[in-house]
Formats: sequence, structure tokens, C-alpha cells
Amino acid sequence: MSKLLSTGLRAWVIQRFSAVYMVVFLLYIAVSVAMRQSTGFEPWTAWLANPINNVVVGLFFFALLLHAWVGCRDIIMDYVKPFWLRMIKLVALAVLLLAMGLWVLLVLLKAVEY
Amino acid sequence: MNNNKTRPKHLNLFKIRMPVTAVASIAHRVSGVLLVMLIPVVVYLLQRSLHSEQSYDALMQLLTHPLAKMLLIIGIWAISHHFFAGIRFLLIDVDIGILKASARRSAWLVHALALICALWGVGIVL
Repeated sequence: MSKLLSTGLRAWVIQRFSAVYMVVFLLYIAVSVAMRQSTGFEPWTAWLANPINNVVVGLFFFALLLHAWVGCRDIIMDYVKPFWLRMIKLVALAVLLLAMGLWVLLVLLKAVEY
Repeated sequence: MNNNKTRPKHLNLFKIRMPVTAVASIAHRVSGVLLVMLIPVVVYLLQRSLHSEQSYDALMQLLTHPLAKMLLIIGIWAISHHFFAGIRFLLIDVDIGILKASARRSAWLVHALALICALWGVGIVL
């Protein structure tokens, strides 16, 4: 299976699974917004402090960053031909996406304390 | 040999007429890149919205700024186009809508739905 899922196919599978998760997540958000009792700071922080919502949002950002990695990687591999330039861009992309991930993690961990 | 050099190569994007499916594919990329660029903005907004009641109110105030509204409308177009075009690609993966006629129809549908969402966004934001 690991041999089957090497390189290209693995990226393809990641892109599809993260896409499906994000579609379901967006529907969940739409329902949550439609069914909310009140708006404002208090209800919003309370909603995100709920461990289920917190984890669901965290998983969304995880899926989003994986999806962004595969998508941008495809674009870089299509348009950036020189090897070193391609490597530099891929590393920069990875660093940026990892930084986003850590940032979101800190925000969400703090949000669960409210 | 000389003839080949003068042969017209229609790679000029403004001269070749792209099929609607190609436009859907390219728009999927463009909207994807736009959305990636919006990730730090979204995380920052998330952080400010949770920091305190004051920062939450300040954020709501900020979102009434014309520039913020414009960014919001572009973001709504990008996410809806990426959403619908993505679902179209997932369906094509499982052999739904792979024939030329249906692929063209679904591409038009994606563009239309994204435009409707963007206009709906304009209505909400303005």
C-alpha cells in the first residue's frame, strides 16, 4: 500500500480527502450559523470553547494547510522549472504553511480556555 | 524549415479561445492561490475576534471599511468558485459528467454559481 501510494498518488489522495472534509466542515458551519441563538463576542467565544467545535475547526485548518501544500506544490512544479528555484519556493511555502499551522494551534488552544 | 518558423503559434492567451472547461480549470487555480494568500488574514482575524470584547468590536468596525468589503467580496467569489469547481472535479473523478457536453455544462454551472454567490456577498456586504 505504501508503494502504491508513493509520490503523485499520495498527493492526489490527500487533496481529495482534505477537500471532502472541508466540504462537510463548511456545511456544518453553515448549519451552525443558521441555527445560532445570538450573535456577538460571548456566543462566538463560547462556541469555539466547546471542545468538539474547537477540534473540528483545528482539523479544518489541518486539512486546509495540507490542501494548500498539495495545490501550491502542483502549481510550482508546473511553472518553476529550474531545480534550485523550485526547491527554494517549495521550502518557503512549507515554512509559511507550517508557521500558519502553529499560529492557528496557539489561537485555538487559547480559545478553548474561555 | 523556414516555413515552420513563420507558422503561427497561437499560444497568446488573448488570441486563443479557451473552452469553458479550461477557464474553470484555470479559475480553480487562481481562486486557490487567492485563498492561500487569505489564510494569514483569516488567522489574524480569528485571533483578534477571540482576544477580547474590545478587539472583537474593533474587528466588526474594521469590516465596514470599503477595502475590507472589497476583500470580502473577492474572498466570497474565490471560495465559492473553488468550492463548486472542486466538487465538479470530485464528481469527474468518479466518472460523473466526463462527457464533453456535460463537462461543458457543469463548467458553466460552476461559473454561474460562483457569480451568484459573489453577488449575494455584494448584497450582504454593501
